[in-house]
Amino acid sequence: MAVDQIVLGVQALPRPAVTERRATRIALTIIALLFLAVFLVLPLMIVFLQAFANGVGAYLGALQEPDSVAAIRLTLLVAVIAVPLNLIFGVAAAWAVAKFEFKGKAFLITLIDLPFSVSPVISGLVYVLLFGSQSLLGPWLTAHGIQILFAVPGIVLATIFVTFPFVARELIPLMEDQGAADEEAALSLGASGWQTFMRVTLPNIKWGLLYGVLLCNARAMGEFGAVSVVSGHIRGLTNTMPLQVEILYNEYNFAGAFAVASLLALLALVTLIVKTLLEFRYRDAISGSTGH
Amino acid sequence: MAIALAQHGWRFRRPSVIPGFGLTFGFSIVYLSLIVLIPLAGVVWRSASLGWPEFWRIASDPRTLGALKMSFGGALAAAAINIVFGTLVAWVLVRYRFPGKRVVDAMVDLPFALPTAVAGIALTTLYAPNGWIGGLVAPLGLKIAYTPLGIIVAMIFIGLPFVVRTVQPVMEEIDREVEEAAATLGARRGQTVLRVILPGLAPAILTGFALAFARAVGEYGSVIFIAGNIPYVSEIAPLLIVIRLEEYNYAAATAIATMMLAISFAMLFAINLIQAWSRRRYGYGS
Repeated sequence: MAVDQIVLGVQALPRPAVTERRATRIALTIIALLFLAVFLVLPLMIVFLQAFANGVGAYLGALQEPDSVAAIRLTLLVAVIAVPLNLIFGVAAAWAVAKFEFKGKAFLITLIDLPFSVSPVISGLVYVLLFGSQSLLGPWLTAHGIQILFAVPGIVLATIFVTFPFVARELIPLMEDQGAADEEAALSLGASGWQTFMRVTLPNIKWGLLYGVLLCNARAMGEFGAVSVVSGHIRGLTNTMPLQVEILYNEYNFAGAFAVASLLALLALVTLIVKTLLEFRYRDAISGSTGH
Repeated sequence: MAIALAQHGWRFRRPSVIPGFGLTFGFSIVYLSLIVLIPLAGVVWRSASLGWPEFWRIASDPRTLGALKMSFGGALAAAAINIVFGTLVAWVLVRYRFPGKRVVDAMVDLPFALPTAVAGIALTTLYAPNGWIGGLVAPLGLKIAYTPLGIIVAMIFIGLPFVVRTVQPVMEEIDREVEEAAATLGARRGQTVLRVILPGLAPAILTGFALAFARAVGEYGSVIFIAGNIPYVSEIAPLLIVIRLEEYNYAAATAIATMMLAISFAMLFAINLIQAWSRRRYGYGS
């Protein structure tokens, strides 16, 4: 600041070089944008171009294929089960971690983050080892006619595993930042624990919660590796949308594959837009100072 | 109960007037154990029951080694490219103004939101010999899709936001006065960037590198379409796990998974160390 004022007074002095030359700035911006275009924008464009390559009629026809319709239904069903469960867990874990001081808290947070550092294929593998025919539980499950692997329960479990940390990791820094003073005030004024949560905590965290649910849902609907391992790929029964994309693509039915893919890409775009709007509008209400 | 515990030495948690600790903590632990810990422990237990000779036989199998080399080598190359371009993208987003900046900023998160299978078929179409970019480099004798290069392209795609989103907030907090001081002391701009700005960004860049690397190592969906999946050449470790599972060779699948888990957890540990170190050294971390 001080330097700027001196420069204003004495025109002859050159301004200190606190930014690059104009040519450098333009060159760097162009390189960065080209990189993003090649790696992000073009792939996204390709999805929609390929989906509509044979016209709108063919696109709508591809989406009405019975197997694709079944895949869309299954994906929605899985998300409807997995997301609320992880939402409840996320709120409970954030309440325990953020509102209380206890031993081993940092370790608990590390454990919650664990699924993020596990390969999706391994996330599926763990359930194959747990419920497969060779496992301890396998014979018992078969004897009682309970089908977990290669059926909807396995797909739901694998999806819960990979989307496990999303809500909790959004809420923990946010609620830690907000502290417990509001809740203590409400309790001292005679509110019950549940009232305090519903009337004080929830309004404070609602945007951060929505943000976490949004990311959780995007991943739940789009998960491929983990679900692929446990699904068994039974057409019309255990194929989610991403698996349906793979099958159609491998059958060289590119228009069909990209038609289903375009729905997932649309979901990603909507997620990004809502995420950006939330960040723009409620920046402070979403991330605690320790978050991103 | 809390009061009784509080009166004597060690206590599990500090007393508080806020209710619900038992319920929320208990539920969290049970849910965490059922969904994550017990299933993961199952892999380790299964792997341990293999016995060392059997484990070593699978681990030293040339195909296993080739797949691990491809996953870790590809992830290393992709993360290295990502820290260069990711830091550049973060710099352009933080320091420069240009039309459409907000949209570009939002686009960076696309790989987080776009399902990996969709990214996989889109990148393959783009980089195949008859695709827009693949066709562009084909006359140069360069083949991207269905080679290890294609794997690296997919890994760059999924790793990029990790670098940008780790470096960007730290860049925003750089004190401009330090740059002004360097400039008034006679440093050229290049010197200021290299000697003053970059060292401060190093921990963030390193964290971004580790996150992008860890993600790329385990990546499956976006890679398998573009990889070509030729054993010993362009086969990644997660795919080999799937292949072994389809052969009902659970032992081999478990052994490869255990090796990947061990390396991933070592990475996670390293990330935590870097962050703890940078918090001490620079006062910021994650």
